Amino acid sequence: MGVLSIFSKEKKEKLDHGLEKTKQSVFSKISKAVVGKSKVDDEVLDNLEEVLVTSDVGVETTLKIIERIEGRVSRDKYLGTSELNQILKEEIANLLQENNALESTGFELPEMDEPYVIMVVGVNGVGKTTTIGKLAYQFKKAGKSVLLGASDTFRAAAVDQLKIWAERARVPFITQGMGADPASVAFDTLKSAISQKVDVVIIDTAGRLHNKVNLMNELGKIKRVMQKVIPDAPHEILLILDASTGQNAIEQAKQFTEVTDVNAIALAKLDGTAKGGVVLGISDQFKIPVKYIGIGEKIEDLQVFNRYEFVDSLFS
Amino acid sequence: MFEGLSEKLERSFAILKGHGHITEINVAETMKEIRRALLDADVSYKIAKQFTDEVKEKALGQNVLTAVSPSQLIVKIVRDSMAELMGSQKEDINLKGKPTIILIAGLQGSGKTTFSAKLASYLKKKGKHPMMVACDIYRPAAIEQLKVLGEQVGVEVYTEEENKEPVRIAKRSVAYAKDKGYDVVIVDIAGRLAIDNEMMNEISAIKETVKPQETLFVVDSMTGQDAVNTAKTFNDRLDYEGVVLTKLDGDTRGGAALTIKAVVNKPIKFVSIGENMDAIDVFHPDRMSDRILGMGDIVSFVEKAQEQFDEKEAQKLQKRIAKNQFDFNDFLKQIKQIKKMGNVKDLAGMIPGMGKALKDTEIDDDAFKSIEAIIHSMTPFERENPDVMNGSRRKRIALGSGTDVPEVNRLIKQFSETSRMMRMMTSGGGRKMLQTMRNMKNMPNRMKH
Repeated sequence: MGVLSIFSKEKKEKLDHGLEKTKQSVFSKISKAVVGKSKVDDEVLDNLEEVLVTSDVGVETTLKIIERIEGRVSRDKYLGTSELNQILKEEIANLLQENNALESTGFELPEMDEPYVIMVVGVNGVGKTTTIGKLAYQFKKAGKSVLLGASDTFRAAAVDQLKIWAERARVPFITQGMGADPASVAFDTLKSAISQKVDVVIIDTAGRLHNKVNLMNELGKIKRVMQKVIPDAPHEILLILDASTGQNAIEQAKQFTEVTDVNAIALAKLDGTAKGGVVLGISDQFKIPVKYIGIGEKIEDLQVFNRYEFVDSLFS
Repeated sequence: MFEGLSEKLERSFAILKGHGHITEINVAETMKEIRRALLDADVSYKIAKQFTDEVKEKALGQNVLTAVSPSQLIVKIVRDSMAELMGSQKEDINLKGKPTIILIAGLQGSGKTTFSAKLASYLKKKGKHPMMVACDIYRPAAIEQLKVLGEQVGVEVYTEEENKEPVRIAKRSVAYAKDKGYDVVIVDIAGRLAIDNEMMNEISAIKETVKPQETLFVVDSMTGQDAVNTAKTFNDRLDYEGVVLTKLDGDTRGGAALTIKAVVNKPIKFVSIGENMDAIDVFHPDRMSDRILGMGDIVSFVEKAQEQFDEKEAQKLQKRIAKNQFDFNDFLKQIKQIKKMGNVKDLAGMIPGMGKALKDTEIDDDAFKSIEAIIHSMTPFERENPDVMNGSRRKRIALGSGTDVPEVNRLIKQFSETSRMMRMMTSGGGRKMLQTMRNMKNMPNRMKH
């Protein structure tokens, strides 16, 4: 199964396992909603609304999905409930498809003459450093040389945390210690990456609540300073979102996009009971593709996001 | 901090305006708006529904009387119901036991370690003698993080770097605390998912071993619909005493605050705002519902100010003002005091009406930075004698502080206004609070971005 065969069976199982809770609850709720009914009526749509909203899809996106389904119902006249899941799946996949122009095919990166620079941003506690550790591991495994930059010089012991991940992934990292200027660390890291001909650079930044103006502006500064070394850097600004975050994630995406041109999202902590439905809302409003999902605490617990697999796992 | 929800509720109330009485039809639209506002605020789907049904019922029931305007009536009903939902009064932390043991639990990234240090700092200020225990052996550098924070707040952190058994670390830490005469032990454990059985067993074992007086469940206030499940699962396993809401300083609408108490029937004991170690507050359900409805939280504001207020310093200052000796050193001290109170915008948001007015104004934590830089660039003589500021001094100060002359001029003007105002107020009977508030209102004004 799966559109792309890069997902090994093992990986698929892992994703299924991580999403099992999601699948069961969404599925059981929908089943409950349609039992004993022969066509889609208001009650079913109401129940659908509940399923989607309680999955953190958000009212706006939920209404959009329901509107589309209602449209299909009126267009196709009679619509049996047996078709509902299929239609729902399609509509959700469409939502993601419309926004995800870029299709990730694995932990592969564009061929370039210079290092591919990823700057990782997000609010406090979403899992930035952990995701960086996992990414470094995957890129390394894919045969790339990786260099990490410890630009979170603010949070207590953040550098130590990155150091441990760097050791686990067996990749080098650049630090100037705690309290150093984050932009200066990024500058050093890029300089060093060029001289060492590194393939991928990942820059960690301090978690910041998106409403803190100065901290947000600092991201712009880090970016500008990096461009002094590599004019196109950062090639990827990866916003990490916590799957358990509710509608505030949309605000996070909005604010971070405004200051740093976020062009990729990683959804962390998808292994819990949280549904991760927030991705739909964000995909719907911003044209930012979801690239990775975090599904556990181990170093290999990171996968490339695939919308078909994702939706399949939700509704198959 | 709850502007989002308050605004939406305001708008939905506006729909009701102009109608003379509440009918099923005009209330339906309002209820829909309220429900949507609650959902957008991440209030649990079920609770939001329950809540609006309840409000609607009450509103329609009251219709017969039609004494007040419909919108006023619904505001009152919404407010009362919200307060009821969140619990009627604040509940303090239980500090009985020798030592008091407090266990901090929650998901990964919810802010347990930061909160532990804030709580230690808070209790220390209350005259307690707390110790922290680093039991998070899983997350890389978690122990190191607690140690750094412990140093920041001046609280000892008990660690066993080589020990990989949290239960034993916790157990031994208590014995150590008793031995050293600590009266509060705060145990910081690893974040875990509610569905991770192994980890949940571990936390149960820690709880059984150390028998905490307080187990606090820490939850990120940006959490979505899952907050309810997580809060419930942790409660089923741990039967915790209270909830802590962290990261309440974003544009977080804090729907979790509305829901959790209702679902698990446990009080929210603290709210944690920002990374400043002082940014912790006791949760006041009654005030919170006023806040959600955009009615401000003046009581919290005053309390916060009082807490940071040094009575002796204030008296000294007052004397100096009376004698017309108020100088730049005093000005600097005042700024420090305001800064200690926390984020200016958060504080201002507590003043009724200010939250909305400030919504699009950016007041960041560094609003005072250039003011401080300017004063720091003055000589001691200049600071004590504000009247000597001539052109060349101003130029030098501007150069030294990395600002420009107009900015220095503005500050000096502001200073003289402030000191004049203070003199007026002092002679009028020492309204210390107003002074501080006025300073706050004036200073960041020029810092608007």
